[in-house]
Amino acid sequence: MEHFPILSFITFFPLVGVFFILLIKGDQAIVERNTRNATLLTTIATFIGSLILWFNFDQTTADFQFVEKASWLGDNINYHMGIDGISVLFVLLTTFIMPICILASWTTIKVRVKEYMIAFLFLETLMLGVFSSLDLVLFYLFFEGGLIPMFLIIGVWGGKNKVYAAYKLFLYTLLGSVLMLLAMLYMYAQAGTTDIPTLMQHNFAVDAQTWLFLAFFASFAVKMPMWPVHTWLPDAHVQAPTAGSVILAGILLKMGGYGFLRFSLPMFPVASVELAWLIYTLSIVAIIYTSLVALVQQDMKKLIAYSSVAHMGFVTLGIFAFNSQGIEGAIMVMLAHGFVASALFLCVGVIYDRLHTREISRYGGLVNIMPKYALVFMFFTMASVGLPGTGNFVGEILVLIGLFKVSIWTAIFATTGVVLSAAYMLWLYRKVVFGELVKEDLKAMLDLDMREKAIFLPLIIFTLWMGVYPSTFMDFIHVSVENLIQNHEAALAAFTANVGQ
Amino acid sequence: MTNEILPNLVPAYGEILMALGAMALLMLGVFRGNKSTRMVSMLSALLMIVAMIVSFNWDAGASYTFGNMFVADRFTTYMKVMVLLASALAVIMSIPFFKAEEEERFEYPVLMVLAALGMMVMVSANDLMSLYMGLELQSLSLYVLASIRRDNEKATEAGLKYFVLGALSSGVLLFGSSLIYGFAGSTNFTALAETFSHAGDHGANIGIIIGMVFVLSGLAFKISAVPFHMWTPDVYEGAPTPVTAFFAVAPKVAALALLVRILYVPFGDLSSSWTQVIIFMSIASMVLGSVAAVVQNNIKRLMAYSSIGHVGFALVGLAAGSVDGIRGLIIYMAIYLVMNVGTFVCILSMRRKDGMVEEIKDLSGLAQTRPGMAAALAIFMLSLGGIPPLAGFWGKWFVFKAAINEGLFALSVIGVLASVVGAYYYLRVVKVMYFDQPEGEFIEQKSFSMRLIMSLSAALLVIFVLPQISEPVLTYAQVAAASLF
Repeated sequence: MEHFPILSFITFFPLVGVFFILLIKGDQAIVERNTRNATLLTTIATFIGSLILWFNFDQTTADFQFVEKASWLGDNINYHMGIDGISVLFVLLTTFIMPICILASWTTIKVRVKEYMIAFLFLETLMLGVFSSLDLVLFYLFFEGGLIPMFLIIGVWGGKNKVYAAYKLFLYTLLGSVLMLLAMLYMYAQAGTTDIPTLMQHNFAVDAQTWLFLAFFASFAVKMPMWPVHTWLPDAHVQAPTAGSVILAGILLKMGGYGFLRFSLPMFPVASVELAWLIYTLSIVAIIYTSLVALVQQDMKKLIAYSSVAHMGFVTLGIFAFNSQGIEGAIMVMLAHGFVASALFLCVGVIYDRLHTREISRYGGLVNIMPKYALVFMFFTMASVGLPGTGNFVGEILVLIGLFKVSIWTAIFATTGVVLSAAYMLWLYRKVVFGELVKEDLKAMLDLDMREKAIFLPLIIFTLWMGVYPSTFMDFIHVSVENLIQNHEAALAAFTANVGQ
Repeated sequence: MTNEILPNLVPAYGEILMALGAMALLMLGVFRGNKSTRMVSMLSALLMIVAMIVSFNWDAGASYTFGNMFVADRFTTYMKVMVLLASALAVIMSIPFFKAEEEERFEYPVLMVLAALGMMVMVSANDLMSLYMGLELQSLSLYVLASIRRDNEKATEAGLKYFVLGALSSGVLLFGSSLIYGFAGSTNFTALAETFSHAGDHGANIGIIIGMVFVLSGLAFKISAVPFHMWTPDVYEGAPTPVTAFFAVAPKVAALALLVRILYVPFGDLSSSWTQVIIFMSIASMVLGSVAAVVQNNIKRLMAYSSIGHVGFALVGLAAGSVDGIRGLIIYMAIYLVMNVGTFVCILSMRRKDGMVEEIKDLSGLAQTRPGMAAALAIFMLSLGGIPPLAGFWGKWFVFKAAINEGLFALSVIGVLASVVGAYYYLRVVKVMYFDQPEGEFIEQKSFSMRLIMSLSAALLVIFVLPQISEPVLTYAQVAAASLF
């Protein structure tokens, strides 16, 4: 099929922006202004470009669409791009979050603006590549490559303890990924190709599946992150600049869940089912334990970071429920979390910019002087808790429905997570926003300005849209998920038949 | 089947040219004195490039000469191109260095030519005797090069240390050769292979095995594989930086080529006896290279441990024992060449007003004072660490692919874990350059050739992902590796 390579175009378009930024010369103030404008323009253009995918996506087929294939490294390693219902929304989420990130760093980033923007644009290309590559090697390239800009973003523009956090992020992720790399090499040796659609049809031996599953699990569990390998996340979040946290929570964490859906389930169906207990246990521990940890945090960003771990626990539970409610719910939780967690980090960023502290005890009574901010923060707190009418509710209820079908006890434990999340989020909100305004240094704080309103508005719209009319989004994913489950069940049936003989 | 007195010289034209050229350059230097250093250096580099073209032989099949002691085939061509390229770049890199240090000596480039000649003979050796000749010519030149700044304490120490340990390893190698000769009755690789092919599955005579292990140990010293690596950090640190740059690549490529040939041609049928040795050296080198580098503060010492680690990774390909493995190894070495040359150009650019500096902390804040150089060095470091999409990742990809294909899972897992530890110290350099605040500035690198080498190698590492760049390398490596089997 001959057509314009729209996916590659969107993926690599940010690099065009990088090229232009490199050309900008002159006085420092002018350079910085032009760099900001150029970056914003590039990311907006990328987003508009990605809307082509939104409008031209065929929701009735589970096949990969907008496929591009070119010979790359010989030996059956190809440059193969394409998206299906599982990945399309992640691509859009990425292009959507990026301009918001750039706007969020508009005034907060004052040093080395040029490098900062270049790092972000590189990161966008790499993230888009992760969601749209259909070749293991290509996927790995994008997946790992993203570490470099993230390392720099945290390390250069981060907080006090930035070096430690940057290293921790890099080495944790790398450690998980190299094991996945070996698994990929093994799959390549067995199947003779690294083409993802082909590998989905390939039946790996059951013993091998377990090892392969564990190797991929090592990588995705770190990225997700799942308990007990989540400890890099609070550090990274706390130290990263606001936009870095947004990217981390909004998109990078979703790569783990996406990986489970794209690789683990379709390629190692038997191992997935056999090791589901492991995922259940870790997810339940994550949900309950990290929720409790979140309750005692002093630092706002840390609290939200731990809440992310808990929400990701819902995602893994949903994915490994192996039914359409569970998986669709998991994708919805990921998308909703992409909006809501991003917004929460931005909320923290807003007051951090004014007072330069994230300590919860330094705040209180903000509602008296920042009513608009209080409203926005309230909205996203409720969304994070899973209030009906927001995207999180749709996702979580679907996950729980899916989960009740397979394991009632797991579902009961998971439900406690919903209660706990209400506890810590409301506690945070009460501490920061309600109460008397007694602290002197708070009295001069200004409410949201135009730029900040512009940042929050689209996030509010999408969160509500997902909550009130989720079909818009569910229609994209439905067919692909059904197909995934059918293939999964067929593979399991084939396996049981084999064992029976 | 030639009855003529004069052997067929065609396959050895490159070596002959180098030998004659070295003599001519020596004359030129003797008559014109040290002020001709620059010219001699330029001509040496040119000579190496010409020799590279002359010895380029991409015909199918191998040509033997000097009574089968010398072989030229696609594998030797590939390796010689790398050796000569690395040597020529090392010569070019040394010109501005010695000029700035005001220590120009015309012997320096001549010795490099002689060392390169020795390496060419090593690569082409098809007999234990020609092996030793090449190895010694190379080693003796390198001993002198290491201590060429004879009034410098560190350089003298490095030269002496290298000489004593090198002589020991040569002795070990000779001892092994004599055992092999005694038990197999020949020193020729082809004849030995013939003998061992009849040995069958019950393995070879114990004397042969001992001899082989001794020869392996001698060669392991030359590639600084653990446990024969002890000299590397001291020599790397003590030798003048351009010499270190030379040490880091060309001799390793040559010695690895020799190792590959000796293991696959005469001892190919005894692979069950040597695979474990190689696997052990590979694991030990990867682990030690990564772990020991973590605590280094001197960037040359860091590069020494890094080179030990990289040899370990290259040996993974050798341990796999397949065409794929050899292909992985020689791709690895090609990429290693580019990464190292680039890194050393950066190290050579670390010059302050009061001379060279070589501590890692001297690089602090480089991203703000010299953004271009910092970006290039960051690319080299991340590539050495094997972070995709840079070329260093592909090197690892191909060797580990071969290892996984052969079922060497433990080796692969240890290898990739070691590479994570390795990533830590490469990242440290990036961290120092990008996160720390600058203290002091380097003087600008004025030499055009240095800047060209730096940017070209950085660009190559980045664009290696494009099929237009990687495919020729992969294809050549494939054909070169296949010519051994």
